[in-house]
Amino acid sequence: MSEDYNDNKTIHAQSSETMGGGSAGVTPDMDYVRPAEIADQDLYHGHSFITKWIFCQDAKVIGVQYFLLATFTGVVGLILSWLMRLQLGFPGAAGFVTAEHYYQFVTMHGMIMVVYFLTALFLGGFGNYLIPLMVGARDMVFPYLNMVSFWSFFVAVAVLMASFFVPGGPTGAGWTLYPPQTILEGTPGSGAGILLMCLSLILFVAGFTMGGLNYLITVLQARTRGMTLMRMPLTVWGIFTATVLAMLAFPALLVGALMMSLDKVLGTSFFMPTILKAGEVLEYGGGSPILFQHLFWFFGHPEVYIVALPAFGIISDLISVHARKNIFGYRMMVWAIVGIGALSFFVWAHHMYVSGMNPWFGFFFATTTLIIAVPTAMKVYNWILTLWRGNIRMNTVMLWCLGFIVTFVNGGITGIFLGNVSVDVPLSDTYFVVAHFHMVMGIAPLMVIMGAVYHWFPLVAGRFLSEKLGKWHFWLTFLGAYSIYFPMHYLGFIGVPRRYYEMYDSPYVTSAVGMNEFISLAAFLVGAAQFILIYNIIKTLKTGKPAGKNPWKANSLEWLTPTVPPEHGNWGDRLPVVHRWPYDFSVPGAKDDYITQTTPPSEVSNTGVEKT
Amino acid sequence: MSEPKIEGIELKPGFKGMAEDTGSDQTMFKGVHWGKAMMWIFLLSDTFIFSCFLIAYMKGRGSTPVEWPNPSEVFALDAFGVPVPLLLIAIMTFVLITSSGTMALAVKYGYEKNRKMCGWLVLATAIGGLTFVGMQAFEWSKLIHEGVRPWENPFGAAQFGSFFFMITGFHGTHVSIGVIFLFIYAYKVFAGHYDQQKRGWFTSMKGDYVEIEILGLYWHFVDLVWVFIFAFFYLW
Repeated sequence: MSEDYNDNKTIHAQSSETMGGGSAGVTPDMDYVRPAEIADQDLYHGHSFITKWIFCQDAKVIGVQYFLLATFTGVVGLILSWLMRLQLGFPGAAGFVTAEHYYQFVTMHGMIMVVYFLTALFLGGFGNYLIPLMVGARDMVFPYLNMVSFWSFFVAVAVLMASFFVPGGPTGAGWTLYPPQTILEGTPGSGAGILLMCLSLILFVAGFTMGGLNYLITVLQARTRGMTLMRMPLTVWGIFTATVLAMLAFPALLVGALMMSLDKVLGTSFFMPTILKAGEVLEYGGGSPILFQHLFWFFGHPEVYIVALPAFGIISDLISVHARKNIFGYRMMVWAIVGIGALSFFVWAHHMYVSGMNPWFGFFFATTTLIIAVPTAMKVYNWILTLWRGNIRMNTVMLWCLGFIVTFVNGGITGIFLGNVSVDVPLSDTYFVVAHFHMVMGIAPLMVIMGAVYHWFPLVAGRFLSEKLGKWHFWLTFLGAYSIYFPMHYLGFIGVPRRYYEMYDSPYVTSAVGMNEFISLAAFLVGAAQFILIYNIIKTLKTGKPAGKNPWKANSLEWLTPTVPPEHGNWGDRLPVVHRWPYDFSVPGAKDDYITQTTPPSEVSNTGVEKT
Repeated sequence: MSEPKIEGIELKPGFKGMAEDTGSDQTMFKGVHWGKAMMWIFLLSDTFIFSCFLIAYMKGRGSTPVEWPNPSEVFALDAFGVPVPLLLIAIMTFVLITSSGTMALAVKYGYEKNRKMCGWLVLATAIGGLTFVGMQAFEWSKLIHEGVRPWENPFGAAQFGSFFFMITGFHGTHVSIGVIFLFIYAYKVFAGHYDQQKRGWFTSMKGDYVEIEILGLYWHFVDLVWVFIFAFFYLW
C-alpha cells in the first residue's frame, strides 16, 4: 500500500486546512492531505456460498442481512397491530383475539417494533452498510465479530418468535414488562413467555455490543485520509452517537432482564414486594418494583434517541442531496446530535411520573426533558432552512423527508405536553400517549427508513425503485398514518384509557366507537400500503431502471466506489482521499451543481467554496 | 487487524494535542491498535453493567424491611478454632491482585518479544485466576451449607443471598472467561503464534503481542471490579 500513499512529497503533521487556503494561485500544496497512518486492512474474502452470503464477514452483506431480518420482525409487529386494531375497532369481530391474546399482542408489538425492528434496522442495517462506505474504510474493523453480531441477533429473534409457540404464549405484561405482575400467575405468558423474552433481550444486547464496538472503532480509528470527524456525513454522526448511547444504555436493560429472570426462576425477590393473593401471602417479599422501572427507563429513554438520532442524521443527508443545497449549520447539527445524546441520560424518570415521586424529582426531570426540545428544535429549523430556496427535487425521497419533518414536529409538540408533570398525570394512561410516541418514534423514523430505502436502493441493488409506486406508497402511508394518530389525540383528551381490551358500555362509547372504527380501517390501509414497497423491491430487482454510478449526484463517498454496487473491500486498489465535507452543492462557479468529497481543491479553484 | 504506524507525525502532549488529534483525519487515538481501543470501549460498557448491579444492590439493601446480615460474621472463617472475619476474602483478593501484577509483567515481556517469560507469566496469571474461582466456589459451597440460598438465608434479609450470588456469580463468570482466554493465549505465546504472526483460528487475522495487552486490560478491569464488590459487600 505504501506506493499508493506516497503521492505527497512532504511528510509532516499538518492538516490540509492550514495549507494553501486563501491564495488565488493553484499550488500543489493546495491538495495536501496527511499521509496514511494505518496499514491497509487485511480482509478475509469468502470463497463459498456459505462464507459469501450466510456467515459473511462483509459489512455490506451483514447490513442487508440485518435489514431483511429486521423487516421480517417488523412485518410480524405489523400483523400484531392489525389484530389489535381489529379488536379495538370491531370488538369481538375476530373471536380468537381474547383479552389475554390482546395483551400479548400489545407487548410483542411494542418490543418488536422498538428493539428488534427499529434499533436493528437503523444501527445493524444502515450502520453496517453505510459506515465503512461513508468514512472510506474497506470494511468494519472487526469483520468476524460483526458476523457474530448478526447471528446473535438472529438467535435473539428466533428465541423471541419461539415464545409464540410455548405453553402460555408470549408475555403479555406490556412492553415495559413492569414487575410484579409480569411474572405472577394471571398475567398471560408469565411462565415460559417472559423467560424467553428476557433471554432474547440478553442475546440481543450481547449481539448488539459486538456490532456497536465495530461501528465505534470504525468511525474513530479507520477513517480514510482527509476524513476528519467534521467532514463525516451527518448519517455517520447520528449512527455513531446512537451507538454510544446504546453501549451505555443497554447494560441497564441487561441487568433488569437478568434480575427478572432470577425472580422468576430462582424465586429471588429483587423486584417483588410482599404480595397478598386471594388472602394468602406469596413467598416473595422485600423487593422494589420501582427499581425495575428505573433500570428499564434508564435504558428506555436513551433507546428513543438510539432510534431517533440515526433518523436525524439520515434525513439531513437526504434533504441536502435532494434540495441541492448544503446542510444549514452543519456544526450546529453535529453538536445538537451529541447534545441530545448526552441529555437523553438525564430524563428517564419522566416515564415514571405516575409511579409517584418526590415533587422536586419530577420537577428536575420535567426541566431536563424540556431542555432537550432546544437542540431538537434547532435541528428542525436547520432542515427547513436547508430546504429554503433550495433546488428541490420533488421525488419520492423528498416526499418522505417532508413527511418526516411534519410528523416529527407534530410528535415533538405533544412531547412538550407530556414532559410536564401536571399535564402528564391526567394524560399518561390515555390514547394521547399512544398517539404521541407513535408519531414521534414510530411514524417519523419509519418515514426516514422509507426515504433512505428509496435513496440508497440504487446503490445496494444498482437499480431505481419505481417512482410511481413510491408515490402511492408515500401518500397512502402519510395520509393513512395521520388518519390513525390524529384522532387518537382526541380520544386521549376525552379520556379513553390505553391498554384496555374493550370499552364495553363506558360513557366514552358514543364518540369513541365511530372513531375507533375509522382508526382501525386506516390502520389496515396503512399496513397494506407497506406491501407496495415489498412489491416494488421485488419488481425492481428484475426490471428496474439501471442506476449507474452516483445517480443522485451526491457528494459522499458511498456513491464514489469503483463498482456499483460496491464489492467486498469497497474501494478497489486505492482508498479514496477526502478533501472536503459532503455538502458542496450548487457552489457558484463550479461546473456541476455538486463537488464530490474526493475532488481536490486545485480542480475547483475558481469556485467560492469555503474551506471545510 | 492493522498495526497502526505513525510515521512522520509528531504527537503533541496535553490538551492541545488531544484537540488536534480529535480534529485530524483517519484516527482519533493516534497509534492506538484497533483491538485496544475496542477493549477500552467494551470495558466502559461493562462498567455500566456492574454499576447497575451495585446500584441495584444498594437500592435493594435499602428497601428491604428485614435486617441485613452482618458481613463480618457471615463471611468469617474458622482458623485454628477461632473465627477470623474476612479471612478467605482477604486471601482471594490478594491472589487476584497478584495475578494483575503477573499480567502486567507478561505484557512487558510480550512487547520485548521474550516469548518464554511472557508465556510463563500469562500462565501464572491464569493459575491465579483459577485459584480465585476455586476459592469462590469454596465460599459459595460453605454459604450454601449454612443455608444461604438466593431466595432465603438464616441470617436476615433474603435479598442478601440474592444479590450475593448474582453479583459474585456475574463477576466469577467474568473471571472464568478471562481464565479460559489466558490459557488459550498462554498456549499461543508458547507455540510462537505471535512471533510468526500466525493467523487466528476463527478470525483468520494475524496475531500480535498487542493481544496480550488487550487481554491484560480486561484482566485488570475484572480485578478493579472485584475491589468495588469487596468494598460494597464485605466491608459495608
